[in-house]
Amino acid sequence: MPIDRAQVRHVARLARLALSPEEEDRFAAQLAHVLEYIERLQGVDVEGVEPLSFAGDAKAGLPLRADEPGPCLPREQVLSQAPEHDGEAFLVPRIIE
Amino acid sequence: MKADLLPLSGISDALAAGEVSPEALLEASLERIRALDARLRAFLRLTEAEARTAAKASSQRRKSKKPLGPLDGVPVGLKDIFCMEGVETTCGSKILRGYVPPYDATVVRKLKQAGAVIVGKLNMDEFAMGSSTENSAFGPTMNPWDLSRTPGGSSGGSAAAVAARMVAGALGTDTGGSIRQPAAMVGCAGMKPTYGRVSRFGAIAFASSLDQVGPLAQDVRGVAYLLSAIAGHDPNDQTSSPRPVPDYAATLDKSVRGLRIGVPAEYFGEGLAPEVEKAVRAGVDKLRAQGCEIREISLPNSPHAIATYYIVATAEASSNLARYDGVRYGHRAKANQLLEMYEKTRAEGFGAEVKRRIMLGTYALSAGYYDAYYLRAQKVRALIRRDFDQAFAAVDAVLSPTSPTTAFRLGEKMDDPLAMYLNDVYTVPANLAGLPGISVPAGFDSKSLPIGLQLIGKPFEEETLLRIARAAEPAAQRAPPIVEGR
Repeated sequence: MPIDRAQVRHVARLARLALSPEEEDRFAAQLAHVLEYIERLQGVDVEGVEPLSFAGDAKAGLPLRADEPGPCLPREQVLSQAPEHDGEAFLVPRIIE
Repeated sequence: MKADLLPLSGISDALAAGEVSPEALLEASLERIRALDARLRAFLRLTEAEARTAAKASSQRRKSKKPLGPLDGVPVGLKDIFCMEGVETTCGSKILRGYVPPYDATVVRKLKQAGAVIVGKLNMDEFAMGSSTENSAFGPTMNPWDLSRTPGGSSGGSAAAVAARMVAGALGTDTGGSIRQPAAMVGCAGMKPTYGRVSRFGAIAFASSLDQVGPLAQDVRGVAYLLSAIAGHDPNDQTSSPRPVPDYAATLDKSVRGLRIGVPAEYFGEGLAPEVEKAVRAGVDKLRAQGCEIREISLPNSPHAIATYYIVATAEASSNLARYDGVRYGHRAKANQLLEMYEKTRAEGFGAEVKRRIMLGTYALSAGYYDAYYLRAQKVRALIRRDFDQAFAAVDAVLSPTSPTTAFRLGEKMDDPLAMYLNDVYTVPANLAGLPGISVPAGFDSKSLPIGLQLIGKPFEEETLLRIARAAEPAAQRAPPIVEGR
């Protein structure tokens, strides 16, 4: 399945990845190669098959816990890992002009 | 024999008998790391100070005959995917360089509570994406049996450290074979438990419907000790099962007589190295000689597993890795606008394989392609699971090679992503089906490279699986020559 540079750019934008022109070319070729391999799934008969998204403990399922507040990490400890903060919140570059 | 060269269970016995102290074991571990790791590069960083404190406390408990269990005082390592409070955790990625988690992963907390001495953080493919540890942003790990070859991956540092006797045990994660394949490549035992058996809280996510935490050790008993310590329900991981955790070591030596072992034709076909096949078939004979009933079976949808996996895993990864946006932690690129900041941060922070998988996963989930790729893959996944369900009506475990070849050379598959992916052809199905799987050593090829034998079990029947693995493993696995300085 051929995949062109424009498609690569579109997907890179969706994924919030800045790619160099060299990466665009390389990924176009490599993704095409992998997609060509994946094409084999189109030949599998999946008529009437329910998709499997949870392969865990079917008996237990995915129970929700009670929606009650519990202890959380101290703010300064969490902010200490941020590239930029003002002591109360994470700071990001300007969004609105 | 020096105690620190024994497999984990032997070390545990020596500790219990008072023949060696946790502190002496830790010093031996650190000494071997200093002697070997400049060549192997299994560790990303050591936690020497924390380890000394833990070893000292353990010594006190051992002296007063009040050990916390078989792991009390045993030196272990952690794949750098596990958050450890106060210790840099990078997941093999530049984007997390300098990240110091404010909490312990549940499995790290449980290991500490079991008295294990955590020696350091181990190398891995970036975000666990790879089968050779070459995708680490911090350089590859070498295979202790041949320094020109990879130790497999993505838990390659964990496997190499165990095989080279730098630690007695280690934790890894397995999304498509990342514990079992490296265990096979270095000649140790490594287990992926049932999906839901072990909490992933604090284990950095790759593909959440496939990721599972598991142990590596030189022997199956060691794996059982580690699994007993880390398994169990955790309110912080919704997928973790409330089923009680048995003492996995207690039933290890029960006879395997009468257990039925399925040998799937699809796992012995094209691409399997003849020497690997021969060794694995010898493993079949070994189990037959102990009274197991061997049955030929078919898992007809196995040939679709890799294609299915690379859609499901990359789609989930593209979503999980969206969190690396330069806002709350990790690397941030210099930029004047928010969108530009996101795009540059991720461009600078992620390596080539991670970008490739994010691209593939984003493509598979994008408008117009979702039904053709992701939804279809989840349906084929259901067929793969159905194959196993049908097989398990007639057998207690499935036996196969862990990997089609022994360890490959560094650089050999780096330019061909698909060739690298196909290395996981026998391990991926257990992840897709949520089943427990284990790799145990099964001899060597003519180049003296280790061969792994895989056993796949029924959901939550790790006891039976470990028992069969115990019967299949060698009486003793020799250490790589590098360990003895030969």
